[in-house]
Amino acid sequence: MTADKAKLAAQFIEAIPHSRALGMKLTGIGDGEATIEMPYSERLIGDPETGVIHGGAVSALMDTCSGAAVMSHPDGPKATATIDLRIDYMRAATPGQTIRTRAYCYHVTRAVAFVRAEAVDDDPDRPVATATGAFTFERSKA
Amino acid sequence: MSRPRPEPVQVVKQRRDAALAALVARVPYIQFLGVTFDRRGDELTAIMHYDDKLIGNPMLPAIHGGATAAFLETTAIIELGWNQIWQEIETEGNELPPLRLPRTIDFTVDYLRSGLPRDAYARARINRVGRRYASVHVEAWQDNRDKLFAQATGHFMMPQLND
Repeated sequence: MTADKAKLAAQFIEAIPHSRALGMKLTGIGDGEATIEMPYSERLIGDPETGVIHGGAVSALMDTCSGAAVMSHPDGPKATATIDLRIDYMRAATPGQTIRTRAYCYHVTRAVAFVRAEAVDDDPDRPVATATGAFTFERSKA
Repeated sequence: MSRPRPEPVQVVKQRRDAALAALVARVPYIQFLGVTFDRRGDELTAIMHYDDKLIGNPMLPAIHGGATAAFLETTAIIELGWNQIWQEIETEGNELPPLRLPRTIDFTVDYLRSGLPRDAYARARINRVGRRYASVHVEAWQDNRDKLFAQATGHFMMPQLND
């Protein structure tokens, strides 16, 4: 993906109202892969006793990042929708730390893109969560 | 032997509503999403009040899949928390125990239709809850109860008294 195209993609992702509300920043995109980060915020706390971010905010991050990966695929569609998304929560994200997600399309068919994603905080060796999803994939005309 | 005289309905309602409000108020993210809970007896219906910040596709427009997932997950967690404290609430004069919320192990969302820019509703059904693990199914709809726009199944780790 060219620098211009990547910049456009970043603007597009950051213009999504819900992603903006969660403070997401696109840090990399191209060839069916995307990385997005989401800074820690007290508004997103799910467990006030520990200050840990709510799983739902992590889900939104995974979903956005996966969708961005699909849209960046070379045969890619201009838009996509989630068909299904499964998230496994390995551990609580450390309060105060930015969560970073990387998603990639590991297979695409004529109509579906299969995506995997992983979320980490400052300790990249111990993932916070992983996700697998299926997304609609309408090929751009050859 | 005759049964003791039941409490006045307002007293019961007030106690149940206060317990529910306390449970929901604990979670900042629920306020962020704009989710509230309706109660009929012990049955809860979650409502995600429409707001522009929930939009994921401004062209359609449609609610963000992540907002939908978060809404369903929140509904499941509050249902489990509510189920845990219900017995306590029903015992007259009981102090509510300090509540720990369940932790999500995994959560799978099925997106059936795009979420329209309007209020959404959800109800959770606890299929199994044991000492350690729980399995919960959630259904969400908008205008028509029979036309779900999303459903989900999740597994949760129940809070342990001594950890």
